[in-house]
Amino acid sequence: MELPVDHLEQDRVAGLLPSPDPIQLIDENGAVTSGDVAGVYELPPVQTLAEAYRRMVVGRRFDAEATALTRQGRLAVYPSSKGQEACQVGGVLALAEQDWLFPTYRDTMSLVMRGVDPVDALGLLRGDWHCGYDPMKERIAPQCTPLATHAPHAAGLAYAARRRGEDAVALAFIGDGGTSEGDFHEALNFAAVFNAPAVFLVQNNRYAISVPLSRQTAAPSLAYKGIGYGIRSEQIDGNDVAAVLAVLSEAMSHARSGHGPMLIEAHTYRIEAHTNADDAGRYRDPSETAMWVPRDPISRLERYLTGVGALDDQAVRRVQDEAEAFAEELRSRMGADPAVRPEEMFSHVLAEPTAQLRAQRETVRELVMRGD
Amino acid sequence: MAVSMVQALNAALRDAMRADDSVVVFGEDVGALGGVFRVTDGLTADFGEERCFDTPLAESGIVGFATGMAMRGFRPVVEMQFDAFAYPAFEQVASHVAKMRNRTRGSVTVPIVIRIPYGGGIGGVEHHSDSSESHYAHIPGLKVATPATVDDAYSLLREAIDDPDPVVFMEPKGLYWSKAEVALPARTAPFGHALSRREGSDVTLVAYGPTVPVALEAAEAAAENGKEVEVIDLRTLVPYDEAAVTKSVSTTGRCVVISEATGFAGIAGEIAAQVQRACFYSLAAPVHRVTGFDIPYPPPMHEQHYLPGVDRVLDAIEQLEWD
Ligand SMILES: Cc1ncc(C[n+]2csc(CCOP(=O)(O)OP(=O)(O)O)c2C)c(N)n1
Ligand SMILES: [Mg+2]
Repeated sequence: MELPVDHLEQDRVAGLLPSPDPIQLIDENGAVTSGDVAGVYELPPVQTLAEAYRRMVVGRRFDAEATALTRQGRLAVYPSSKGQEACQVGGVLALAEQDWLFPTYRDTMSLVMRGVDPVDALGLLRGDWHCGYDPMKERIAPQCTPLATHAPHAAGLAYAARRRGEDAVALAFIGDGGTSEGDFHEALNFAAVFNAPAVFLVQNNRYAISVPLSRQTAAPSLAYKGIGYGIRSEQIDGNDVAAVLAVLSEAMSHARSGHGPMLIEAHTYRIEAHTNADDAGRYRDPSETAMWVPRDPISRLERYLTGVGALDDQAVRRVQDEAEAFAEELRSRMGADPAVRPEEMFSHVLAEPTAQLRAQRETVRELVMRGD
Repeated sequence: MAVSMVQALNAALRDAMRADDSVVVFGEDVGALGGVFRVTDGLTADFGEERCFDTPLAESGIVGFATGMAMRGFRPVVEMQFDAFAYPAFEQVASHVAKMRNRTRGSVTVPIVIRIPYGGGIGGVEHHSDSSESHYAHIPGLKVATPATVDDAYSLLREAIDDPDPVVFMEPKGLYWSKAEVALPARTAPFGHALSRREGSDVTLVAYGPTVPVALEAAEAAAENGKEVEVIDLRTLVPYDEAAVTKSVSTTGRCVVISEATGFAGIAGEIAAQVQRACFYSLAAPVHRVTGFDIPYPPPMHEQHYLPGVDRVLDAIEQLEWD
């Protein structure tokens, strides 16, 4: 008797698997490569890459300024995304106006690069509220700290948007460490089963705080986690913004046109420690970090753009000036203490505060008045 | 020698690992990094990868794996990185760790220790300051311990590791860097024994973990107003030392329970209920509670207004019908 199971179409299986090597369109020296083995992904137009360059330079300067703000006590903590600019910027450039982003604590740069006011984007880390921007207005979910727990949200929102006939894709950022959490797997499965237009971008920066990738997975690559759920997957050079843009754009249109979710693993590296409070010297050798410097996403793009005549010294200086001005404005705006109203702690717990909450708010009000 | 709570916990782990080969320590970043709070500092270097190791980033996996290892004779001591990051493991804790002995009529036991840094006051962003002890205390089959002093950190952790039952070991992270002159190894008292941290005849403050120093400070302040305050440190929430609390409140006739966790349906309410039943005829005033408000733990810039501080404790004492 035959088992009631479908015959495995080898083509279907192959169509789900990632390229054996990460997709790369521009190499470390800024040269166009033939790394695109699949032949599906096109080098983005020069203007798009020039815009990506501009945002990556400003983004990196933003990141450095945020780290400096921790030293001045203006931020409680800051997880840097230095070295991950190609994902941070490529990720948001791939989004259409109506699309949603589901970022983590590491992705403040992407918020700013999508247009969120940097002071609002830093709200969580400054500590005056948990989320400093309006997610509904920005179409950016609150930055997520409990790892991978936002991934099912992305699947659900994408599914809901599709049911409502909206043309929105949800893009979720996740870390390599986050792929070990159950919620990551449940999100992939739900997205696939319900054919949700969601794209999962794993920024594999090789560390989860101190724990290296080898302790997270024995899979050939994180992109191989897609096939078990029937999800098309890809792996890319995450420091090549051209590859990030090309593959992510393909993933977004794949999802948008009803072909279901996609999983992308971007190979990148966390140049800084986990946060300003972490000491990376305890668990990794500086020589390893040094190896990633030549793979820098900005310098390779600069070389490429210069080579094709889309960038000259003057234009580089212009972008740097813009980045400096951006940082200066941020510094001065973050220099003032934000207005904090202790009673607000009670304002958003429920639609209407209960009698007990109102009484507790009075207690705080009295204590504050007494303290003044 | 002045020892910090972190150092005392580290010493307890070391001594337990030395005393018993079946003790293994694992979790996120506990190896090379030594834990984000350095409680496991040097354990991998000194005892090897097999005794202290990093796991994949998955709390349910960590506690489930520990359960399986405990079934085959190991004594896993696992670390949850922060209070709120233990929630993915909740099902393993509630459905398996806590119930295994009961389900199997005592045949299978899982003497795991789940270490959880908890509480606020460190300026942490969201999900880094929860007081989740009431959740665990509410689950039958678990013991819940929480030190407030350096010597107790050592002693209670050793007790927890030796205990035949699973223990949720709540470490008050705001006190991690507190120091005291103690000689280790220190043994204070077994599980289920509350300790009086200050004698007094007018009112009893019942505290544990992070609220013990608050209670002591409030007691000092109250003494200036002529009120003699006794401070009881529960040390273990489960088992609860009813005898010690009853004895104290029967003499003082007044009681305030202090807890950083949200008050509603929390451990402080349970203690208040126990006290009013056991001490009803000695009470001169209703039992009061000073707790965290019934709101999600606020962002760092608000937390000074959230935490049950000395002012609120003194206010509560004032309200105890002094005529
Ligand atoms: C559920 C959960 N467990 C633990 C943590 C503590 N934690 C914060 S970041 C981090 C490492 C995450 O690594 P990865 O997913 O690779 O992201 P990256 O920080 O490298 O961007 C850990 C363990 C958490 N935030 N959430
Ligand atoms: Mg990582």
